[in-house]
Amino acid sequence: MLKKREYPRIGETIYSGQLPCGLTVTVAPRSGYKKSVAFLAVNCGGADRGVYLDGVRRAVPPGTAHFAEHRMFELPDLGDAMTVLSRRGANANAFTGPDMTAYYFECGEGFYDNLELLLRLVSTPCFREEDVDREREIIAREILMTEDDPEDAMYYALLRALYARAPVREPVAGTVESISAITADTLQDFHRAFYVPANMSLVVVGNQDPEKIRDMAEALIPSGPAILPKRDAREREPEKPVEYRVESEGEIGAPMFLAGAKTAADLRGRESVSFELTAELALGCLMGSASPLYRQLYDQGLINETFGYDFENVAGYSHLTFGGETRDASLVCLKVLEEAAALASRGIDPDYFARRKRKMYGSCIRALNSFDSICYNAAAGSFEGYDYFDTLTALDAVTERDVRAFLAEFMTPERTAVSVINKKGR
Amino acid sequence: MDKVTERELMRGVRLTCVRAERFKTGYLSMTLLAPHTKKTASLNAVLPYVLRRGTARLPDMESIAARLDGLYGARIDPAIRKKGEVAAMGFCADFPDGAFLPGRPDILSPVAYLMGELLLSPATRGGRLRADFVESERRNLIDDINAEINDRRAYAGQRLVELMFRGESYGVSKLGTIADTGRVTVQILTRYYKELLSTAPMEVFYCGAEDPDRVERVVREALSALPRSGEHTLPSTVFGSTKPVGPVRTVREVMDVTQGRLCMGFRLEPPPEGLELPAMLVFNTLFGGCATSRLYLNVREKLALCYYVSSGIDRFKGALFVFAGIDFPSFDRVRDEITGELEAIARGEMEPWELESARRAVVSSIYSAMDEQAGLEELYLDRAILGLRPEPGELAALCADVTAEEVARVAQSAHLSHIYFLTAEGDDAEET
Repeated sequence: MLKKREYPRIGETIYSGQLPCGLTVTVAPRSGYKKSVAFLAVNCGGADRGVYLDGVRRAVPPGTAHFAEHRMFELPDLGDAMTVLSRRGANANAFTGPDMTAYYFECGEGFYDNLELLLRLVSTPCFREEDVDREREIIAREILMTEDDPEDAMYYALLRALYARAPVREPVAGTVESISAITADTLQDFHRAFYVPANMSLVVVGNQDPEKIRDMAEALIPSGPAILPKRDAREREPEKPVEYRVESEGEIGAPMFLAGAKTAADLRGRESVSFELTAELALGCLMGSASPLYRQLYDQGLINETFGYDFENVAGYSHLTFGGETRDASLVCLKVLEEAAALASRGIDPDYFARRKRKMYGSCIRALNSFDSICYNAAAGSFEGYDYFDTLTALDAVTERDVRAFLAEFMTPERTAVSVINKKGR
Repeated sequence: MDKVTERELMRGVRLTCVRAERFKTGYLSMTLLAPHTKKTASLNAVLPYVLRRGTARLPDMESIAARLDGLYGARIDPAIRKKGEVAAMGFCADFPDGAFLPGRPDILSPVAYLMGELLLSPATRGGRLRADFVESERRNLIDDINAEINDRRAYAGQRLVELMFRGESYGVSKLGTIADTGRVTVQILTRYYKELLSTAPMEVFYCGAEDPDRVERVVREALSALPRSGEHTLPSTVFGSTKPVGPVRTVREVMDVTQGRLCMGFRLEPPPEGLELPAMLVFNTLFGGCATSRLYLNVREKLALCYYVSSGIDRFKGALFVFAGIDFPSFDRVRDEITGELEAIARGEMEPWELESARRAVVSSIYSAMDEQAGLEELYLDRAILGLRPEPGELAALCADVTAEEVARVAQSAHLSHIYFLTAEGDDAEET
């Protein structure tokens, strides 16, 4: 039986539990919708560069998790599961991130037939050498396409400037060179190591029966001891970046920049939710669109609509970023860091802080409209050891002092690197 | 089923209310409809951003943002959409439903009033929009137009539309051109803004848990200062081109890219009355609009000729577009394969399962849009502009009944007009 839990503040009833094989199942029933979404996540991704099988570590090339995702849709008896799902009118897809690989579909009718296929496809590897060779071409094109994207290039240039060794510094899909070393055996090993039930999480949002979903998962996911895969230890990173400024040129409309700093590492459970909320609140107070700094920079024409900030906590590493189009990246960075120091020392106006917190409250509510967002966050919560549906409790606890401490510790010139793309003349 | 009510609130102002309790948020939009022309595109694009800079009561972005933060992060965003030759311009808002907030506050009213204020009572100096706001938003718009090149795929698509509809309003991007944006002045924009307010029809859309009568009262109040004196004729959009279809033109442009972007543009003949939209949607999905489409399965998967390939249809203009990411040398081959697939469909060569998958995919995409507030808003806006009768749910039912003959007929009516190729090889060239 899945455990039923009510969350009256957000108007949700959630059914969740762990099967004997280790698979986590979460169901958020929704009435009134025509669609349902099922999302099967595996706790592995681009940052996983080593597999441990029979007590031996084998290195895998950058891009292995993503390559495996591309080939998982192939089933020995049915061929391409994506085509089968698509023929049935379901909208199926998958993605690979630094620390999560997920397969999902959205459909109106035939939910349980589609769910059966989803559960089967992750547990039925079918890596044939000739398919792998063909797929390499397709992935190489995908990589070339993203390399054409100036914002992607700027982002990875920043991560390489920030991180000395962490695997998150390389693109999830790898490079055309790195994927040339991936064979059917590499994929087979990767699958054997990471695609184990205890390392997976199934999330369903829609007007569906939680117990039926549980029963199907139990029947279709191979049973076995619920053991988590062994992983590489996290690389120790210095606080400072490797390089403070990296620049490149591209055919772009206007020069742009992305600055960032490494923040806390190895966050787990509730602590990671609290830290994430603190980071977002701190960045919002400092440079959100309602901040005095934003207005000042906007009025001076130093930033425009494209300016924004972000916080990412992936694969045991976390960092903040901010950037957008500007004619003077150094000046914008300087002003942001000056204001961060000023806020940290003089404190944040209580009314302003309360409004920013209300805004965060509202975004937590809004996020529950999105089936995709619920699926992603509930799965990430089950991997990281926190209850996503209880985020508001964590938000209540974040104080102005936490936010100031975040700004004081992480938003300093010593920690901040900047990646700039200048406009190349045609 | 959602309860939908449609009312005329005042001259030229229509309110569509979709009462639905499944969402955690409320959604409200106010959209003015005006002709999209070369002359007005930049004005339409810059106006909501200028209005968003400050109102008579809240004189800067900081105070507007503070107000929105206080409303639990309600968002009111400027929106400019191009629907054929109609510009749909205004604001879209979404905000947490009071039922999930401490003390169950009313968020709809303050959001509607603030949106009304943004539209009707901007910050002014001497009766004109503020010169500093106009100047900086004009510069921002020029930056946005320049930045279109950053997204290679969208840029290539926009270049194709420009070439294919050269000299026609539809060929102009929804952001307008840099030259026209450069000519926007405070005087011109203020005059245009006042004219729009008194003459442009307005579509108001709400979706959420509130009772439609209450929504009506709130919106009436929010728009009480709207001057409604002139005529409010719905701007029209013409299906098809005003120019005859000439020989196919191919344009190559060179840029520092690692992958070629091929775009093909076809003009569609106006289809028989009543059948147009469902048949067009199913045809497009079968041709290149889903993962079981001809282009995806044959050109991408089987022949492995492209990283991505898809087709899209402009239901307002009657144009069909194909977009593909390819290796530079594959240009001729991919072009021929794409036209080959289109010809096969025109000959009626389609498997029953292909047709069935396409019908299902169209139906589920309409249903999927109906499960989102922004999706519903767009469906109802499109319907208002096209003057269509079917409700989105009925449209889905019609799509489920489209026959192979109807799909073939759409394919027969497609005439290749322009090909655009963004490549790293050779020189810029145009050939017939």
